[in-house]
Amino acid sequence: MTVKVHLWSGLRALTGGQAVVEVEATTIGGMLRELVRLYPALQEPIDAGVSVSVDGRIMASDLTAPVAAENEIYLMQRLRGG
Amino acid sequence: MSKLHVSTTVNGDSVEFLCDPRETLLDCLRDKLNLTGAKEGCGTGDCGACSVTVDGRLVCSCLMLGVEADGKDIATVEGMAEGEELHPLQKKFIEYAALQCGICTPGVLVAAKALLEKNPNPTEEEARYWLAGNLCRCTGYDKIIRAVMDTAADMREAS
Amino acid sequence: MALDDQKSVFKFVGTRPDRPDGLDKVTGRAKFGADAYAAGMLHGAILRSPHAHARIVKIDASKAEAHRDVKAVVTRADFSDKVEFKPGLAGEFWNVLENVMAGEKALYDGHAVAAVAATSALAARDALKLIEVEYEVLPHVTDVDKAMAADAPVIREGAADYSVPEGLHPNVVRYHESGHGDVEAGFAEADLVIEDSFTTEATHQGYIEPHACLASLGGDGKGELWCCTQGHWIAQKTCAALLGIETAQLRVTASEIGGGFGGKTTVFIEPVALALSRKANRPVKIVMSRSEVFRATGPTSSASMDIKIGMKKDGTITAAEGIFRLQGGAFPGAPGDMTAMCAFAPYDLSNVRQVGYDVMANRPKQAAYRAPGAPMGAFAVESVLDELCNQLGLDPLDVRLKNAAHDGSKASYGPTYDQIGLVKTLEEAKAHPHYAAPLKPGQGRGISCGFWFNHGGETSVSLALSEDGSAQLMVGTPDIGGSRASMALMAVEVLGIPYENIRVTVADTATLGYNDVSHGSRVTYASGLATIKAAKHAVEKLCERAAAKWGIPVDAVKWEDGCAVPSGPNAGDFDPLPLADITANMGATGGPISGHFEATPEGAGVSFGTHIVDAEVDPETGKTAITRYTVIQDAGKAIHPAYVEGQYQGGAAQGIGWALNEEYIYGEDGRLQNSIFLDYRIPVASDLPMIDTVIVEVPNPGHPFGVRGVGETGIVPPLAAIANAVSNAAGVRMRDLPMSPPRILAALKARDG
Repeated sequence: MTVKVHLWSGLRALTGGQAVVEVEATTIGGMLRELVRLYPALQEPIDAGVSVSVDGRIMASDLTAPVAAENEIYLMQRLRGG
Repeated sequence: MSKLHVSTTVNGDSVEFLCDPRETLLDCLRDKLNLTGAKEGCGTGDCGACSVTVDGRLVCSCLMLGVEADGKDIATVEGMAEGEELHPLQKKFIEYAALQCGICTPGVLVAAKALLEKNPNPTEEEARYWLAGNLCRCTGYDKIIRAVMDTAADMREAS
Repeated sequence: MALDDQKSVFKFVGTRPDRPDGLDKVTGRAKFGADAYAAGMLHGAILRSPHAHARIVKIDASKAEAHRDVKAVVTRADFSDKVEFKPGLAGEFWNVLENVMAGEKALYDGHAVAAVAATSALAARDALKLIEVEYEVLPHVTDVDKAMAADAPVIREGAADYSVPEGLHPNVVRYHESGHGDVEAGFAEADLVIEDSFTTEATHQGYIEPHACLASLGGDGKGELWCCTQGHWIAQKTCAALLGIETAQLRVTASEIGGGFGGKTTVFIEPVALALSRKANRPVKIVMSRSEVFRATGPTSSASMDIKIGMKKDGTITAAEGIFRLQGGAFPGAPGDMTAMCAFAPYDLSNVRQVGYDVMANRPKQAAYRAPGAPMGAFAVESVLDELCNQLGLDPLDVRLKNAAHDGSKASYGPTYDQIGLVKTLEEAKAHPHYAAPLKPGQGRGISCGFWFNHGGETSVSLALSEDGSAQLMVGTPDIGGSRASMALMAVEVLGIPYENIRVTVADTATLGYNDVSHGSRVTYASGLATIKAAKHAVEKLCERAAAKWGIPVDAVKWEDGCAVPSGPNAGDFDPLPLADITANMGATGGPISGHFEATPEGAGVSFGTHIVDAEVDPETGKTAITRYTVIQDAGKAIHPAYVEGQYQGGAAQGIGWALNEEYIYGEDGRLQNSIFLDYRIPVASDLPMIDTVIVEVPNPGHPFGVRGVGETGIVPPLAAIANAVSNAAGVRMRDLPMSPPRILAALKARDG
């Protein structure tokens, strides 16, 4: 299904200015793969580490978590604690 | 340089060891007598994690040489409990959650015991200043001070 | 992740039993990093650069190697050459290796350049003097803004990643930008716009236990490592990579840990001890001195920040903008991105923009310190908010309530907030007697909010039942704050057996599945969630045994108060079957009963706090006394309230030190001037008042019992709350931390002309 992914403003340079990108995916892993397929320049930031916020819940790393069209999805820099 | 022979009493037991004259009492307690309760937090007498008493006086064992222990009477945290029976301070610290990581706890307990032996009725300010030589990074000292004050009250009542 | 029904009525959770490791810790029996000894053990010592920046021309260790007490000497050549350099954080193993043992350059005062293993600690120390190193001293830079300037010495070429815009100095290695709305339009709408700049200096986590380890590595690639660490699986994989051995062949055991706060989430001396051990074919113990800890472990970043906030007369924030520059030592990793994302997070803003820079300088490699990056941003932002309130004549709590983020607000970093507890903490603050208490002349009051993300992370937990009905719980997260007690409470809440009948062990890397570090306020949340699930897994099996014994279907059995019972009157008339009765013959009814859970739980809830501080400034000495302190923070659900209070108090105390006294002081020569506790002054018992706490509970939907992490948020508000209190007490805005007596006196003097 088509999900909308919001990108932080620093990433827009890599997507030709797009702040929100639509991809076909049912899981976070699938979504990240599709993002890179559409915008290969996103490979580096995604490899560097991203967390994904799904409806306000922050997924630090779970690629198997489901995503759906009605979710609010934000790509965020990988969170690190102390 | 050859080692020197030291005979001393620790927690009531007669002990002997050989040490390099440069080794501190802390090094000797830990490495030669296996009494690892006293900790090295700084090596410069600023943190109190190595606190012991020597002839009843509270000292930083990192500031004393092992050879100076000869003939002295040393008390460490390992000697605070009597068999199974914990010292009231030890019991209170557990009850009040007055420790988090526990690294400063032996030093704080030895120092607090020395305080209460000298002054069984300290004010909060007196307790804080007495314990100012024992650094704790985890607790903010709140529960430690409460534990010391309430133990002092319990001990006064019991006597 | 499908969630269980969230529990809200508890039998054990929320009580305050004694912690299981209490006896060991009050008797000196507990074994910390330096408390291990092995037969044939050698002592390691590390030679460190006295220069802030220098090319290493030559290392001649021949005299040391010839000494009869020295059994091994190592340099960078003794580590793996397969670890690849990559820009930014992608090549973190390389960054760690370069930090653990210098390559071509010494990058900071204290950087390790060589190490020896000798037959005693004193012999090792003496042997270091026999190693001759030839340095070519290079220009250095330690200040973050200077490190970004065009003429700054280059720390390393090619370390900048994709995010850094064109034209910036090579020392700028990562860049973050985020936000939404139109800040310029927002500023235009404001009745008052304040723009100001702030700095914070690097501080150290200040754990009382220096790093220590005992390592044993054979030529066959099999090794054992004992170390004080917040994460032994991370230590395992990092050491394996640096030593060029297979991860599974290195068994790492976590000792008790004497404080970490983020600073022990990585390795410094452990790979060195392993390399020495391999070369000497004997166990090697290394214990850092306090001075080494300050010079060569992982302090926080220092920060230079510009904030601009616009506010209407009625207190509505119309726009907010923050530029945050952080240096993280001679490596990428300064959490400028976290600072940026957290700075405005407590507020519901239509127009917000934040930029974060990660800059390199000739300083040690930074490590996490409780909510890394967040305290600096909060200091700057909350100071400007306070100033706006002062100038507009508005109450600081009311303004925060007016603008507070709530369920459904768009966070400054993008997503919509789920259920959050900020407003509740503000309301508690407003109602708290502290807020209404009168102030004496010379005293000032400050408040601040704070935010932190909290973390999930890879977690494995196993629970094994014994034949006598007691239980053993194996967790993988070192106990840094009393978590064994919380794990036990959660397990017995599920199992229904007494708290005393469970033993919690922190397993080693060979006896449990992978676990992420004890950091990110994740232990009670993630290990706790895993404990609950592992216990439920065991309970399922117990019910199966009862069902089989009774000859009824398994879904006709439920678990209540430690017993299997028929789930309803139709299920059959059987007496409750206690756990111990089932385990007594479990070997014969299907085998030993254990529960497991391995997953990366997501759904750690964010947490907010509000702090109220009263401070008194002595105008003659510039000394600040904190006269009253109240922490109000959302814990979701407090499993063991005494340890939650402890986290609140500890975070506040560290914040007080950071705000008033603690800083890394570098000389003109780039060397650290204050590397002992006498000169790096952390709060002592006589500096602090009692620290009052209020635990707010807005349950986190992502945890079966509602837990939110609590360990880190507590350090986010204090810097600003204290700065606001001091600024109000002294009558002058303090913009640079720490607000040490000389700085306050200088500010008073400048104000009075």
